Amino acid sequence: MVNGINLALQFLDSFAFIVLAAAGLAIIFGIMGVINLAHGEFILVGAYATTLSATKLGLPLAAAMLVGTLVTAAFGVVVERFIISGAVPNWIGQETVGRNLVEPLYDRLADSMVATFGLSLIMVQGARVVFGNSIDTVGTPFGNIAYGAFSYSTYRIVLSGVSIALLVGVYYIFTKTEYGMTARATIQDEETARALGVDTERIYMATFAIGSGLAGLTGALFAPTLSMQPTLGDQFLVEAFVAVVVGGPSVVLGTALSGGVLGAIQAVFTNLYGTFFGRIALLAAAMVALRFLPDGITGFIEAVQSRRQEGQ
Amino acid sequence: MNRSSVSRREFLGAGGAAVVAGLAGCSGGQGQSGATTDTASSSDVVKIGVLEDQSGNFALVGAPKHKASMLAIEEINANGGIDGKQIETYATDPQSDNQRYQELTREMINENDVDALWAGYSSATREAIRPTIDRNEQLYFYTTQYEGGVCDKYTFAVGPTARQQLGIVLPYLREEFGPKIYTIAADYNFGQLSADWVKVLADENDAEVVGEEFIPLSESSFGSVINNIQDADPDFVMSMLVGANHTAFYKQKASAGLDVPIGTSTAMAQGYEHRRLDPPAMANIYAGVNYMEEVPTASNTSDGGFVDRYYEKYPDAPYLNEEAETNYFSTYMYKKAVEQAGTLEQPEVIEALESGIELGTEHAPEAPEGETIKLDGATHHVDHHMWVMKADDQHNVEAVKNEQIPEQFLSETVGCNLPENTETTQYTPVDYFEEAE
Repeated sequence: MVNGINLALQFLDSFAFIVLAAAGLAIIFGIMGVINLAHGEFILVGAYATTLSATKLGLPLAAAMLVGTLVTAAFGVVVERFIISGAVPNWIGQETVGRNLVEPLYDRLADSMVATFGLSLIMVQGARVVFGNSIDTVGTPFGNIAYGAFSYSTYRIVLSGVSIALLVGVYYIFTKTEYGMTARATIQDEETARALGVDTERIYMATFAIGSGLAGLTGALFAPTLSMQPTLGDQFLVEAFVAVVVGGPSVVLGTALSGGVLGAIQAVFTNLYGTFFGRIALLAAAMVALRFLPDGITGFIEAVQSRRQEGQ
Repeated sequence: MNRSSVSRREFLGAGGAAVVAGLAGCSGGQGQSGATTDTASSSDVVKIGVLEDQSGNFALVGAPKHKASMLAIEEINANGGIDGKQIETYATDPQSDNQRYQELTREMINENDVDALWAGYSSATREAIRPTIDRNEQLYFYTTQYEGGVCDKYTFAVGPTARQQLGIVLPYLREEFGPKIYTIAADYNFGQLSADWVKVLADENDAEVVGEEFIPLSESSFGSVINNIQDADPDFVMSMLVGANHTAFYKQKASAGLDVPIGTSTAMAQGYEHRRLDPPAMANIYAGVNYMEEVPTASNTSDGGFVDRYYEKYPDAPYLNEEAETNYFSTYMYKKAVEQAGTLEQPEVIEALESGIELGTEHAPEAPEGETIKLDGATHHVDHHMWVMKADDQHNVEAVKNEQIPEQFLSETVGCNLPENTETTQYTPVDYFEEAE
């Protein structure tokens, strides 16, 4: 039986999950050309930092979430300096043997995948060694809203609002701020941007920090609804990669559109046929999209626009 | 942008580094091996292989199994060993990886030549290694609670079966709350077969399954599942959800305000959700189990009892779970069988086990779950003392019902008789019960 409110709430839930899972990954991939296979583990950092600051330090949940986000962003800066750009090892190399030790991983898709995959293995096992096989969790706030025979967790609905606010915020950062303008200039033509005085090193570092911070925010927001164990990042990976691939080259619009389309498809099938078919529908939709829109939704939009301009 | 070209050398370099890292991870597991010496000849020592997950997906539930095996072995060695022989342990971490299980099982049999093997958490693991076990006629203890039906000459499936676990909790909930049941289960062989058992037991107890849903192991959003349960409005839910992702269901049903009673064969006793999750996530949940830390028997909770000894050896252990107890008592069952057979030769030890080993209070501490615990020689299963354990809204756990429940499916329905017929089959309820279809 299809219940309209159930369907609407299910859609909001799927939309929020997909957008939040994908946001950090999309920014790092779209702007730096780095496929971060440790994305799930950045979410893990955010979730653990949030949970531990709430349970061990006694911070209120909102403050704990802020801590989780900032810790992950800071962690992202460390990873960027040590592994992605190699600035720290190269500095050590210059001081000791007088030459660079590593090449940056920007725009080296295969290499960045291998390096971040290794990082993810280290992080999962590291979390297991340091914190054990699980940590205590925090409860879900806000209770529920009831309608007829049904009820839905209020917090899950709040998450969909947060996901929209997040998209608006990222859009604002990348279109209205100076950082956003220089970041987009760096994507389009790195060498010219550098010739015009843009410090591309810093742009890359800031971008990785923002992407990591968003992954941390995702972990922070979902921490109250999930069980806390070292492999918790895995459950976001499928949605994150599918959304990025289906979304295409435009980071913000792509994530929003793929979240909307995939979320709607998943919600309808989950609502009609159950969770299992909802998942199948999500993956089937991704396959169809890749077959007919190889550059994703926004790639297709760009192609249509440029064709129209040529026609004029 | 000229950085996008990747030289072949760079690619190989990066790939090589990844392979080295992977190998380092493997040898890290072997570093934990408990093998002390392998110079002694096999007649001086008893060689026991223990393959339990200490990392990967099943580490949370596998680590207590490993620890409990080590506790039993340490106690037995301290008290003179088995028939005067010390136990030599071979323990490697299979990392929740079935392929590694297969390799390590071959290693245990061919290189270490173990006299008995304990291995594996999930049913998928058991089925992955059972062909190797059977080909080598290796005495094997599988200690996880499982769907049931394995009738195998070389396998002793000593954990409780779905029919035993659901068979204590479902009739209790039917009596307390009413006849309408909604089933949610993990979407793989264990969950599917357990759901079939719910149907069989519902039929036997004059109840009815009004809906069921199978949920992929990777799923962690349960909004629609909760709506579907509310739509069906059952008297109680039977939950056979499995794994860390599915644990989120209990948090989400609590925050959605779903307060229907839930019976389970998987939650609390294995992954101690009542300790890990914030109350009231597990309120009103009834677990059908043979053991959990809170089971109120003298041999379990008294001073110097099983719980005390476990935490004395492992002060930082988070929980003593259902399967840990099964590893523990089955090691003592093996000891008793070897002493009865008077040899380590596996066919004779299997024969001794088939004679019906029983552990009782006079042998305490070997049976923490109840007064006695008896191996059924015909089916290689155990007549367990089963408990219904209820969690309240503060996550305090109390026993609300307990009784001895024999393995029934293989013994009564299938007619499995391993001392007479050597076979290695897993039977399923669908072949025997119309309701299960």
